[in-house]
Amino acid sequence: MSLTEQIKNKFGDKIEMLQRSKKRIYITVAKENAKEVVRYLFSDMGARFSIATGIDNRTAIEILYHMAFDKNGAVVSVRTLVPKPELKMPTFTDIIPAAEWIEREIHEMLGVEFVGHPGLERLLLPDDWEEGVYPYRKKTFESEKENPER
Amino acid sequence: MAKEKIIPIGPFHPLLEEPEYFKFFVEGEKVVDADVRIGYNHRGIEKLAESKTFEQDVFLVERICGICSTSHPFAFVQAAEDISGTQVPERAQYIRTIIGELERIHSHLLWVGLAGHFIGYNTVFMWAWKYREPVLDIFEVISGNRNHYGMFKVGGVRRDIKEQDIPGLLKAIDEVEKFCSMLTKAVMDDPVIQARTKGIGILKKQDAIDLCVVGPVARASGIEIDIRKDHPYAAYDKVNFDKIVMQDGDVFSKAAIRLLETIESVKIIRQCLKKMPQGPIDADARDIGIGEGIGQHEAPRGEVIHYVRSNGSNYPERHKIRAPSFMNVPSFKRTVIGQSISDAALITAAVDPCYCCTERMAVVDRDTNKVLFTGDDLVRLCQEKTEKIKGNMI
Amino acid sequence: MLDCLTPRHDVERFGITLVGSPRHADILLVSGIVNRQSIEKFRHVYEEVPKPKLVVAVGVCACSADMFRDSYNFVKPVDEIIPVDVYVPGCPPKPEAIISGIIKALEKIK
Repeated sequence: MSLTEQIKNKFGDKIEMLQRSKKRIYITVAKENAKEVVRYLFSDMGARFSIATGIDNRTAIEILYHMAFDKNGAVVSVRTLVPKPELKMPTFTDIIPAAEWIEREIHEMLGVEFVGHPGLERLLLPDDWEEGVYPYRKKTFESEKENPER
Repeated sequence: MAKEKIIPIGPFHPLLEEPEYFKFFVEGEKVVDADVRIGYNHRGIEKLAESKTFEQDVFLVERICGICSTSHPFAFVQAAEDISGTQVPERAQYIRTIIGELERIHSHLLWVGLAGHFIGYNTVFMWAWKYREPVLDIFEVISGNRNHYGMFKVGGVRRDIKEQDIPGLLKAIDEVEKFCSMLTKAVMDDPVIQARTKGIGILKKQDAIDLCVVGPVARASGIEIDIRKDHPYAAYDKVNFDKIVMQDGDVFSKAAIRLLETIESVKIIRQCLKKMPQGPIDADARDIGIGEGIGQHEAPRGEVIHYVRSNGSNYPERHKIRAPSFMNVPSFKRTVIGQSISDAALITAAVDPCYCCTERMAVVDRDTNKVLFTGDDLVRLCQEKTEKIKGNMI
Repeated sequence: MLDCLTPRHDVERFGITLVGSPRHADILLVSGIVNRQSIEKFRHVYEEVPKPKLVVAVGVCACSADMFRDSYNFVKPVDEIIPVDVYVPGCPPKPEAIISGIIKALEKIK
């Protein structure tokens, strides 16, 4: 069974799969199911957690968990949206200890709170960096404030 | 003339007396806890990348690191090409491979020199750095610069390797192979180095998997990952070379792997120089298009991965950069706890963070937060232990 | 910069050695940009170097901050924090250029 078939069989409707190329697969999943999907890829399918990317989509923060399948040469990126303004996401450090630093980085750069993280302190920014200023956020224009669903 | 003295601030010596960066907490001789602070060199490159064009970005990311400067362009251009679907010409793929492998040799030799200094073998430091020079000369012949070669662009490479230079380069690479072999044999066969580094700073295989470490750190603990073989790119699927994997996870394994890899790199470069076809070196990519892409490269320290999102303009919407040390540095904590402080400097160096970080170390008293030993003290302790071992062997 | 110490370039033949503390130094080589985390320590190290002292800015980043000027973590160019005597541009400058810059700085105090 191929990689994509195995994942589709396991999660069915819970995920949307986009295969951009032979080695690049993107799975979109709701926030509540993201941890389960990533855990399956990491613990059951033996993928390596390569890194996570946080992106400001203006209405939400998009997080992509990039899972490398070194035996197949493919990278499966699990995409989930963390809606503003709550911006809470469960920590993945209990299933993937390697996620500790990147969750700290996404927290300080984008303002996402990873609930249950052992120590969500600053990683890269100086101690006296202003609270509430998140460098990776996109600029918000006046027109967007009135109509955020643009 | 009186002796003038200089002190560089920056990559070589720490900004002194600061217990930041690598912090070790000790009870007696033993390390009981460790912590690391980073960010001292945070330049906001990911955000800067959004205000620069894809072309300018290549030059920006080249300067993330001076030692493995080509690794980031290597991964970035592939991420951009992943989006645009650009087919990179074959000759360019070979040239990219050659540059990547030359960098591996110079980076590993640099590390061997530094590790030699830490254990008190300053001759190793001077030799390794002396033998790095011919490699940097090869870079200068090909690209015009010893660091930051400016060879990569989206769609190909910026400079060709001239046919008339190839015989000279083959000869030069033979010389490089001679001293890499000599150095490898000298270091691996030395009984003092073996006694000093075997069994020290072990990273267990399960820890290596949980922490998702990469590169020589992973391969030293029995994890057989090497992006060049697992996710083939450039010309790596067209040449023969071995993945170097060991099982013990100690400092000796990490050193041995790096040394043996330099010899594999020479093999790769030689095959590339001989097999490189004639042809264009640039696909002349104009538009990246809308989409997202990922590029990976096996840098000297392990996997570099770049994720790029493009909205169709000349500027990336998002450019995520993950250097291998981001995954490897946290592993130092598990390898150093329970070890003696005289090994702390060496164990930290074995992770091969950007070397400037290894100088920034301190031992701190848990209760008072006072610095007990600075980075220099830790290096001195490391060297003293080697002397003791030598003394016992005579 | 480290290449200057190695046998091929050998800055020691000019009577220059590396020291471990600013208090023993006469010349300060500065590379890279100063960001928010490092600015105070940077000033502190400069104060610790006893007079007479010379500062050589090594590399384009130390000279003018180059492509990192617009970064949110960038503070000011080096020469707006401490006085600089010699600028050695390049990215990176060749070891020969760095040594040449150091010699130029030495001539200032002769």
